[in-house]
Amino acid sequence: MSTETKEHPIADHIVHDTKSAVDYVLDACAAIGHTIMHLFQSIGALSIFIGRSITHVFLPPFFPRLIGRQIIDIGYYSLPVVGMTALFTGMVLALQSYTGFTRFNAESAVAAVVVLSMTRELAPVLAGLMVAGRVGASMAAEIGTMRVTEQIDALTTLSVNPFKYLIAPRIIAGTLMLPLLVLIGDIVGVFGGYVVSIYNLGFSPGSYLSQSWDILERIDVLSGLFKAAAFGFIVAVMGCYHGFHSKRGAQGVGAATTYAVVSSSILILIANYILTQVFFS
Amino acid sequence: MSSDKQPESKLELSGVKKTFGSNKVLQGIDLAIPKGKSLVVIGGSGTGKSVMLKCVLGLITPDEGSIKVDGKETVSIDAKERDKLMRKFGMLFQGGALFDSMSIWENVAFGLIQGRGMDRKDAKGIALEKIKAVGLREEVAKLYPAELSGGMQKRVSLARAIAANPEIIFFDEPTTGLDPIMADVINELISSTVRQMGATALSITHDMASARKIADEVAMIYQGQIIWRGPVDDLDDSGNEYVEQFIHGRAEGPITDDAKSLRHAA
Ligand SMILES: Nc1ncnc2c1ncn2[C@@H]1O[C@H](COP(=O)(O)OP(=O)(O)OP(=O)(O)O)[C@@H](O)[C@H]1O
Ligand SMILES: [Mg+2]
Repeated sequence: MSTETKEHPIADHIVHDTKSAVDYVLDACAAIGHTIMHLFQSIGALSIFIGRSITHVFLPPFFPRLIGRQIIDIGYYSLPVVGMTALFTGMVLALQSYTGFTRFNAESAVAAVVVLSMTRELAPVLAGLMVAGRVGASMAAEIGTMRVTEQIDALTTLSVNPFKYLIAPRIIAGTLMLPLLVLIGDIVGVFGGYVVSIYNLGFSPGSYLSQSWDILERIDVLSGLFKAAAFGFIVAVMGCYHGFHSKRGAQGVGAATTYAVVSSSILILIANYILTQVFFS
Repeated sequence: MSSDKQPESKLELSGVKKTFGSNKVLQGIDLAIPKGKSLVVIGGSGTGKSVMLKCVLGLITPDEGSIKVDGKETVSIDAKERDKLMRKFGMLFQGGALFDSMSIWENVAFGLIQGRGMDRKDAKGIALEKIKAVGLREEVAKLYPAELSGGMQKRVSLARAIAANPEIIFFDEPTTGLDPIMADVINELISSTVRQMGATALSITHDMASARKIADEVAMIYQGQIIWRGPVDDLDDSGNEYVEQFIHGRAEGPITDDAKSLRHAA
């Protein structure tokens, strides 16, 4: 009797436990499968979107006024943000590398570190991230609002292709303006390092500048500018894509904005690694 | 090919179906509008009236069925053909859908300038004309949509929809959210502009006064299908209990019963 009564709950317990374990595994599989399918679906949709956008970048009619407006919006209005970022990054780089290098009596490497880090890495990546936050977000919000309030549908009914009218100008401006911003960022960053080195660390102006100039090769600057173009493209595409596919309502637009910033920031970091590998290996 | 049995249809939908996920919105719409006539579709909220219009405009691709304009199939045409087709259409969106980054006259002239490559100055002239035609003062032209009241925005949308003298005009609830007098003004505008331009009109509304004013014919959509259709004068003795309930706005009736039984089934 006593054994019987004991056995039952145990058996129940085991059956119940294995079942739920299998369930958990299946649930997990289903969730993973769902996520993977969703991922491929998104990649497919994004690829089609990019393909269509690029086609419309090169096919007439063009909208020069809109391209001009985007160039001002992306290029000109991002200047302060990118300039400040580059300036302080250059200054910090000089300070940090100086405190590090004095331990090896290698203070003369400060100029080289500043100029190479700025042109190759920091100016493009930081400018890309800053522009992703500033421009990518506003693109997603603006296009998303237009989607939600049926303005994109209205464009189509007025015989204007939204890809040409809304997306192509942003992609053109993004891809062209980010290299320009980064070039300015390079100069400002090096200037920041120079100022700190001369007035704070006691370097001589002439030798600092010649050290910077001597170490710098064309590929350092060009690779940075090429990266910048890629990042500008990424920011514009992700901003437009998420705005264009925004869900209904204010919530949809908010989510689109978040996705645009997060996805373009991550893609910038991934692309940066890949491009660095391509350029310097 | 030459002579049809019926008066020639400007627009003809047959068996149009559209499903979103598990939501069967359109379940086989059959509808034809003769050239130069004004058809008003009435029906409850969420019955798929706007979706039907968007299918005709090519903004949503139907799952099944055919949509013919001037006798030509339009459902799976390529981008170029679609572009040409769009030039025949004018659309007044339910929410107005004015471009808020542009001034009023630029909104009205937009299709002329960007869609048809008209000179800005000429287009502005036409836009001002249309703005006056819908009863707005010329000073309004340089304001922005956000600076106008809802009724004024509706008028601007109307002006934009008719700016390029389309052959077929779609009105999605032109009078919702307007006071009765303003609604009547809009109705007048619609029927007079449609008559003047000789256009074919497909309108959607739940406003019965509006339907009576602008319709030659009325059709009722219910559960994704057209369940009744007839001349506007027959509306009051349609002999269809769904139509009866709808036009009198009764809470009790077959529509409510169907909704109840659906809720029970779920
Ligand atoms: N793009 C879409 N994606 C998913 N569902 C949609 C979409 N558009 C419309 N629907 C759904 O289709 C149904 C019909 O919507 P529709 O806008 O056509 O209604 P309606 O008849 O115009 O109503 P109302 O009179 O309130 O404007 C609704 O249930 C809506 O949720
Ligand atoms: Mg609607």
